[in-house]
Amino acid sequence: MAARAFRVLPGFGLTLGYTLSYLGLIVLLPLAMLLLRLLDLSWAECWRLATTERALAAYRLTFGASFIAALLNAVFGTLVAWVLVRYQFPGRRFLDALVDFPFALPTAVAGLALSSLFAANGWLGRWLVPLGIRGAFTPLGVVLALTFIGLPFVVRTLQPVLQNFEREVEEAAATLGASRLRTFLTIIAPTLLPAVLTGFALALARAIGEYGSVIFIAGNKPYESEIAPLLIVIRLEEYDYPGAIAIAAVLLAVSFVLLAVINLLERWVSAWQH
Amino acid sequence: MAGPLRSRLQSAAAAPARGAEESGLARRLLIGLAVVFLGVFLLLPLANVFAQALQKGWDTYLAALREPDTRAAVRLTLFVAAVAVPLNTLFGLAAAWAIAKFEFRGKALLVTLIDLPFSISPVVAGLIYLLLFGLQSPLGRWLDAHDIRIVFAVPGIVLATLFVTVPFVARELIPLMQSTGTEQEQAALTLGASGWRTFWYVTLPSVKWGLLYGIILCNARAMGEFGAVSVLSGHISGQTETMPLRVEKLYHEYNATGAFAVASLLALLALLTLVFKSLLEWKQQRDFARAQQAPADTPS
Repeated sequence: MAARAFRVLPGFGLTLGYTLSYLGLIVLLPLAMLLLRLLDLSWAECWRLATTERALAAYRLTFGASFIAALLNAVFGTLVAWVLVRYQFPGRRFLDALVDFPFALPTAVAGLALSSLFAANGWLGRWLVPLGIRGAFTPLGVVLALTFIGLPFVVRTLQPVLQNFEREVEEAAATLGASRLRTFLTIIAPTLLPAVLTGFALALARAIGEYGSVIFIAGNKPYESEIAPLLIVIRLEEYDYPGAIAIAAVLLAVSFVLLAVINLLERWVSAWQH
Repeated sequence: MAGPLRSRLQSAAAAPARGAEESGLARRLLIGLAVVFLGVFLLLPLANVFAQALQKGWDTYLAALREPDTRAAVRLTLFVAAVAVPLNTLFGLAAAWAIAKFEFRGKALLVTLIDLPFSISPVVAGLIYLLLFGLQSPLGRWLDAHDIRIVFAVPGIVLATLFVTVPFVARELIPLMQSTGTEQEQAALTLGASGWRTFWYVTLPSVKWGLLYGIILCNARAMGEFGAVSVLSGHISGQTETMPLRVEKLYHEYNATGAFAVASLLALLALLTLVFKSLLEWKQQRDFARAQQAPADTPS
C-alpha cells in the first residue's frame, strides 16, 4: 500500500539518476583513482612509504593531538551544552549562536588568529609565554587549533539529548536522598555518554583531516610539529606521488573506520532516546 | 512522532524540579567556566583578527584591500562560490527528492556516500583530483595535449570546492523533506497539478528555510575552503589564488596587515553566516510554533 502510494509522485528516475551520476563524477570517480594508483604500488613498497620515520612522527602528532583536542572538547563541550540548556543568563542566546563559529570561519583565518593570539607578543602569549606555555609554533599549537575546529561537535550533539532529558528522574533521585553530584554521576552522566562519545568521534574525525588552521600555528618542523596532511602536501611538492598516496591511504583508512564507528554510535544514541 | 515532541515542549516549559538543581555557587562557577572557554577560543580570535587588521589604521587597511592581487583573489572566490553553490544546491534538491519521497534499496548507503566528503581530509580531496587530472594520469596527458588546464588552474579549484561542499544542502533537506511526508504532493497531483508545479508550489515552500540554511552553510565553506583548493591551485598570485590562499601568501611574505585585512573579510563572512543562520532558525521555530498553535489550544 505504502509502496504504491509513493510511486504516485513523479521524478524518481530523473532525480535518482542525477544524484547517482553527480555523486559518481564528483566523489566516487576521483576516490577510485586513488585506490587504482594505490594498487599500482606493491604492498611492500606501500608499507615502506607509509611508515617512514618522518611519516610515523607525523601520525603520532596528528592522532595524538586530535585525541587530546577531542577529549578537551568532550569535557568542555559537555559543560557548555549543560550551561546553555539548563541555565538562563544574560548573553546565553549570543553564546549559543557563537558555538557554530568554527563551522562558519574559514580554517585559514582560524589558524592565523590563534597563532597571533598565542605568539610571544600576542594578547594571550604575552602572559603565557613567560610562564613557559608556548601556544604558537609548537605541538601545543596543533592541539589549540584542533580544539577550536572541533568545538561545535560535542555541544551540538549533546544539546538535543539534554533538552529531552526527563527532569523527573533527577527529582526522584533527589527525593531519595542522592546528592546533586551523585545524581549527576550515576543518573545523568550515563544517559549523556552515547551522545558525548558521538560528539567526541565527530570532533576526532574532523581533527585528523584538518590542514588549514594547523599549518598557520604549528611551526611545521619535520619530526616535531608536522601533521600528516601537511606531509602529503610536502610529498606532492617533491613530486613524490607514491609517497603522498601511501600516507593519504592511511588517513583515508582511519577516516572510514571512524565513519563506521560514528554510524554505530549514532544508532546507539537514537536507540537510547526511544 | 508526537511523543518526543510533546515531552520536549513540556520539559522546556516546566518549572525547575525541586532538589534537582545545582546550588547558586556551583551554577555561577559552571557558567563562568563555559564563558571563559568560549571567550578564549571563539571571541578572542575573532576580536584579534579585526584588531590586527586595523592596527595601522583605516587607510592602511583599505589600501591593503585595494591591492590588485587581493582584489583578484576576492573575484576568484566569488566566482568559485557562484559556480559551486548553485550546482550543489541543485544536487541537494534532486538527492533529497529521491531519498525523502521514495523507497528503494541501498538508500542508507546512498545517504552515507553523500556525507562522505565530510569524513575525508581536504588535502586528500585535493590529491585525488590531482591524480585524476594531473600529468601522471592518461586523462591528464590527453587534456594537456589538447591544451585544457584543470589542475593548477581555476577548473581544479572549482572541482575541489564542489567536492568538499557536496553534502551541505542535501543533508539539510533530506530529514526536512522526510518529515513533511508525501500527502501534500499527492493532493496537488490529484488536483491536476504537474510534477514541476507541485514541486515549486508545494514542496519548495515547505522546505524553504532549510534550503536557505543549507545554501548559506555551503557558501561559507565554498568561500573559505583552504586545504583541497591549496593542493590544486598552483598559487599563482592574481590568477589562481582564492581569498584563504591569499591570506597564506601574504602571511608568508611577512605582510601581516595584508593577511589580516583579507582574513577580516572572511571573518565578516563568517559573522554574516551566523547572523543569517540564527535568523533562519528563529523563522523555522516561529513557523513550527504557528503550526503547533491549533493542537496546542486543545486542553492539555
